[in-house]
Amino acid sequence: MDTIFGVPTQALFGQLLIGLINGSFYALLSLGLAVIFGLLNIINFTHGAQYMLGAFGAYLLLTKLGLNYWWSLLIVPIVVGFTGVVIERLLLSRLYNLDHLYGLLLTFGLALIIQGLFRNEYGSSGQPYPIPAQLTGGQKLPFMFLPNYRAWVIGASLVVCLGTWYLIERTKLGGYLRAATENPALVQAFGVNVPRMITLTYGFGVALAALAGVMAAPIYQVSPQMGADLIIVVFAVVVIGGMGSILGAIVTGFGLGLIEGLTKVFYPEASNTVIFIIMAIVLLIRPAGLFGREK
Amino acid sequence: MAAVIPATGMSAIAADARSLRIAFLAMVAVIAVAPMAIYPVFLMKVMCFALFACAFNLLIGFGGLLSFGHAMFFGMGGYVAAYSAKEWGATPELAVLLATACTALLAWVAGMLAIRRQGIYFAMITLALAQMVYFFCLQAPFTGGEDGIQGVPRGKLLGLVDLADNRVMYVFVAAVFLGGFLLIWRIVHSPFGQVLKAIRENEPRAISLGYDTDRYKLVAFILSGTLSGLAGGTKSLVFQLASLTDVHWSMSGEVVLMTLVGGLGTLFGPVVGAAVIVTMQNYLAQLGAWVTVVQGAIFVVCVLAFRRGIVGELGALLKKLR
Repeated sequence: MDTIFGVPTQALFGQLLIGLINGSFYALLSLGLAVIFGLLNIINFTHGAQYMLGAFGAYLLLTKLGLNYWWSLLIVPIVVGFTGVVIERLLLSRLYNLDHLYGLLLTFGLALIIQGLFRNEYGSSGQPYPIPAQLTGGQKLPFMFLPNYRAWVIGASLVVCLGTWYLIERTKLGGYLRAATENPALVQAFGVNVPRMITLTYGFGVALAALAGVMAAPIYQVSPQMGADLIIVVFAVVVIGGMGSILGAIVTGFGLGLIEGLTKVFYPEASNTVIFIIMAIVLLIRPAGLFGREK
Repeated sequence: MAAVIPATGMSAIAADARSLRIAFLAMVAVIAVAPMAIYPVFLMKVMCFALFACAFNLLIGFGGLLSFGHAMFFGMGGYVAAYSAKEWGATPELAVLLATACTALLAWVAGMLAIRRQGIYFAMITLALAQMVYFFCLQAPFTGGEDGIQGVPRGKLLGLVDLADNRVMYVFVAAVFLGGFLLIWRIVHSPFGQVLKAIRENEPRAISLGYDTDRYKLVAFILSGTLSGLAGGTKSLVFQLASLTDVHWSMSGEVVLMTLVGGLGTLFGPVVGAAVIVTMQNYLAQLGAWVTVVQGAIFVVCVLAFRRGIVGELGALLKKLR
C-alpha cells in the first residue's frame, strides 16, 4: 500500500476531495456574503438559513412536484433569491441609516425564524436527497475513486465563482456595482438607480446561497440546522480572506477547505477548530485579512 | 463607527442619579419579597441571566462593541465552577472565584484578538472564537462532552453554611447578582466608563485626545467576560449542572436578545430583559422549536420598531412627562 508521510494515499486523497467539496461551499457562501457586504454594509446572518432553504427547495420540488435536480438548480435560486428581494425591500431597507450592527441583529432574528419554522415541520433529523441519475457512479483514477457528483460540484462551483468574479470585475454592470460600493451618492447622481441595484444585489447574494444549498442536498442530509453551524465557519473564512476582493473570497474558501481536509488526516482532533485557529493567527499578523484593505 | 445606542436613552440615565437609586432600592425590595410568591429556583435563574446580560451590556451599551460570542464566558465559567466543586470538592465561593479567574484569562486572550477589528468584524470574530471554545468543550475530557457535568454539589459556603437549601442558595445568588450589578454601576459612572462612552460615540476623536482606545476596549472586554463567567459559574451551582447549552452560539444570541429587549445602554434594561425572556421561555417551553421562532420574531420587531427597549422607552416617556 502506498503511503505519504505514513498516511495511506487513498485516505489522503479522499480527505483532500472532501476538503475541496467543503471548500466549494465555503467559497460560494463567502462570495455571496462579500457581494452583499460590499454594497449593503450588512453581514447577512440569514445566509446559512437561505442555504438551507435552497436544499429544502430542491427536496420539496422533488417530493411534492416530482421535479428533478436540474429543474431545482434553475428554479430554487430564483425563488429563494426573490424572497431575498422581498426581505430587503420590506425590512433591511429601513435600517440603512442606522448602525450596521442592527442589520446583523435583524438577519440573525430572521435566521432563527426560518430555521425554527422548518424544525417544527421536519424535525431535526435529515432528509435524504438522491444523486441525479446522470451523475451517479464515478471515475477510477490511478490514485483514488472520484464520484461523478462530487467532481460536478467542484467544477460547477468553480464556474459559478469565476463567473461572478467576471461579472463584477469585468463587465459594465459590475463597474456600476463597484462604483456604488465606493460612493453610492455620487453614482446615484450619475443617474444609476442605486436602491434598485442594492435590492438586486441582495437577491443575487441570496440566490448564490440557495444554489449552494441545492448542490449540497445530495451530499449532506437536508436538515433545518444544516446552515446554522456552517455559517459560523464561513464568517471565519470571510475574516481570514478579508472582504476587499472577490477573488480573495474564492481562493480563501477553497484553500481553507483543503487545509481542513488535511487536518482530518494528520490531526483529526483539531479538524473542527483549525479554521478558527487560522483566523486567530491571521488576526495577529494581518488584521485586515489576507486579501483585505484597511479602511 | 457610529453609536449603537440612541442618545436619548443614555442622557435619561445620566440625567437623574436619584431615580436610579430609587430603581435600585425597588429592585432590592423585589428580590427580597419575590421568593414568597415565586419559585426561588426560577428567580435564581433570572438573576444569573440578568447578571450575564448586564455584563454583556457593559460592552455593547457603554463600549459600542457587539460581541456575538459571550456564551464562551458564560459556559466556560459554568464548567470551571462545576468541575472544581465536584472533582476537587471546592467550596462554592472558591468554585465561583476560580470560574471568574479562568474566564478573565479567556477574555484577555479573546479580547486581544477581537479588538483588532471593529463593528461587524468584531461580532464575527467573537462568534468564531466562541465556536472554537464550543468545540473545545465538546472534546475536552473534563467537560463530560454531550453529558456535561451533572450532580454538582452546592457545598458549604466558607465550609460553614450549607447551600443545599434553596432559600440559603437564594441569598447567595442575590448577593452575587447585586454585587456584580453594583460593580457595573460603579464602572459605568467612573472616569473609565466615561472614556468608554467617548470611544463609543467617536473613536477617532478619543484617540486624538490621547486615549489609548485599544487598551480601554480590552479592559472593558475583560470586565464584561469576567462578570459573564461569574454569572455562568453561579448558574452551574444553582442547577448543579454545566452543559454544552451554555457554550452554544444560541446562548450568545439569547443574551443579545435579553439586552435588546430590556434596553441597550441602560443599567436596568438587561435585568428587565432577562426577566422577560426567561419567563417567556418558561411558558413556551412545551412548544419546542416555536421558542426559536418567537425569539427571532422579537429580534425583528425590536430592531425595526423598538430599538430603545423596555427601559429605554420608559426613560424616554418619563422625560416627556417632566
